[in-house]
Amino acid sequence: MSWWQEVKDQITESQVWTSIFRHGYDDTPRNRVLMVSGNVWLHLHPSKVRRHATRMRFTWCMGGITFLMFLVTVVTGVYLMFYYRPVAQYAYADMKYLEFDMPFGMLMRNMHRWAAHGMVIAVWLHMFRVFLTGSYKPPREFNWVVGVILLVLTLLLSFTGYLLPWDQLAIWAVTVGSNMGRATPVLGHEGPFKELLGVNPLYDARAFIFGGGEVGPHTLLRFYILHCVFIPLVTSLFLAVHFWRIRRDGFSGPAL
Amino acid sequence: MATVSSPGSPAGKRVEVSIKKAMGPGDDKVHTWPHLVRAEFLCSVLVLFGLMVWALLVNAPLEEPANPSRTPNPSKAPWYFLGLQEMLVFFDPWHAGVVLPSLIIVGLMVIPYIDINPKGNGYYTFRERKWEILTFFLGFHVLWISLIVIGTLLRGPGWNWFWPWEYWDPHKVEALTSVNLPYLLGIRDYFWAAIFGLVAILGFFVVGTIAMYAWVIWLKGSEFMERWGAVRFGITSFLFLNMVAVVIKMLMRHMFNIKYVMETPWINV
Repeated sequence: MSWWQEVKDQITESQVWTSIFRHGYDDTPRNRVLMVSGNVWLHLHPSKVRRHATRMRFTWCMGGITFLMFLVTVVTGVYLMFYYRPVAQYAYADMKYLEFDMPFGMLMRNMHRWAAHGMVIAVWLHMFRVFLTGSYKPPREFNWVVGVILLVLTLLLSFTGYLLPWDQLAIWAVTVGSNMGRATPVLGHEGPFKELLGVNPLYDARAFIFGGGEVGPHTLLRFYILHCVFIPLVTSLFLAVHFWRIRRDGFSGPAL
Repeated sequence: MATVSSPGSPAGKRVEVSIKKAMGPGDDKVHTWPHLVRAEFLCSVLVLFGLMVWALLVNAPLEEPANPSRTPNPSKAPWYFLGLQEMLVFFDPWHAGVVLPSLIIVGLMVIPYIDINPKGNGYYTFRERKWEILTFFLGFHVLWISLIVIGTLLRGPGWNWFWPWEYWDPHKVEALTSVNLPYLLGIRDYFWAAIFGLVAILGFFVVGTIAMYAWVIWLKGSEFMERWGAVRFGITSFLFLNMVAVVIKMLMRHMFNIKYVMETPWINV
């Protein structure tokens, strides 16, 4: 036995090592199962899957890419949060600061934005694929419903983030996008039957979203908290349900 | 061959089944590690690489600072909502911005419950689920994606239509010559125009539901309709007719310049 093997054995058989790593890396059936079931991240998967579920021409990998885009926006988003203040006086200046002065600031912002757009596209394609393979059929009906909720949350995440650069594009896109709030029947001050509850520009559905009568500093803070804390938390909860359900019901596939 | 007791057989009775059957429905399974994890890893690396190259080459937009007193023309919502903004051409905001999105979300959610076709579960097929796929195609590709493309690329100042080779002229004049359907048909009295519009809309849904009922019976037989049930049929036909109504309203606007079918002091459709 070489001295190298001896040193290696001493390390891998020590109490510290065995307390962290419970199994080896040998390619045995037992290890293949332990690789998944003994790993908190990988055990989102079952330890065995049906063969066709590993093929990209079946899954298009779109659910996974959607989740990957979510993770990219979380990581880059945390980086951006270090340099950005959601206050009307500072927000735009911080964007410039971030783009020109911060190390990798521009790259992080670009990746954050393009990953957000990519997530919207990927989640649509994922839905389209799941529809085409009929994977929402029993017993997976409810997971499709959870998926629709996640689709809406994805759009809301992207929409609330749209305001944060606090430039012309941001406030006007959000103004146009949120104007439907004031047109809500009964609850909006320009909607049908607005007289019933006595709503007005400062007290209606849109004002509830904006935190005031128009897009302003209050809206910036509100959207910032929705974007960085509230919606990501809710999304994570639904993601957990979504993945758990796939794990329980297994991947869809043709009957054997 | 292996001897096992099959689930359907009387207790204690042993039957001969092939090894393949004895192993149950999991017999085409492979280990997640490495087969699935490898695919996911490679896919992640490729996508992250592509994203990083894209992020290095194309900068995220940043325009001049926010100015509430200067409205850009056109003002566009984020691209993924432009299908709804395009709907504002055809419907009032409460309809295009509130009712239609709610119907889309609810409509998507009920798909698994109204689709009782047991075929096509877990594999690609067009032949076995023609109508489901065609309906989804109408909703997703025709009504959602194509309207986003129109809203993003073909709508310029004043939300006027500009072909890609045309200059976005903010002073382009488009005559607003749209009229209401009752007016086009010669009804000049507001009250009777409103009544006519109401009857037209209710009539569309009643006649549409009956037509769809007859169509399903003709296509699938009354045995299918019995299995489908009144609730599923009602929800499906309501949602489907709403989709058709959107198409009809778009055609009426583009071809005959019709603004509203029903105009009342409270609500216009």
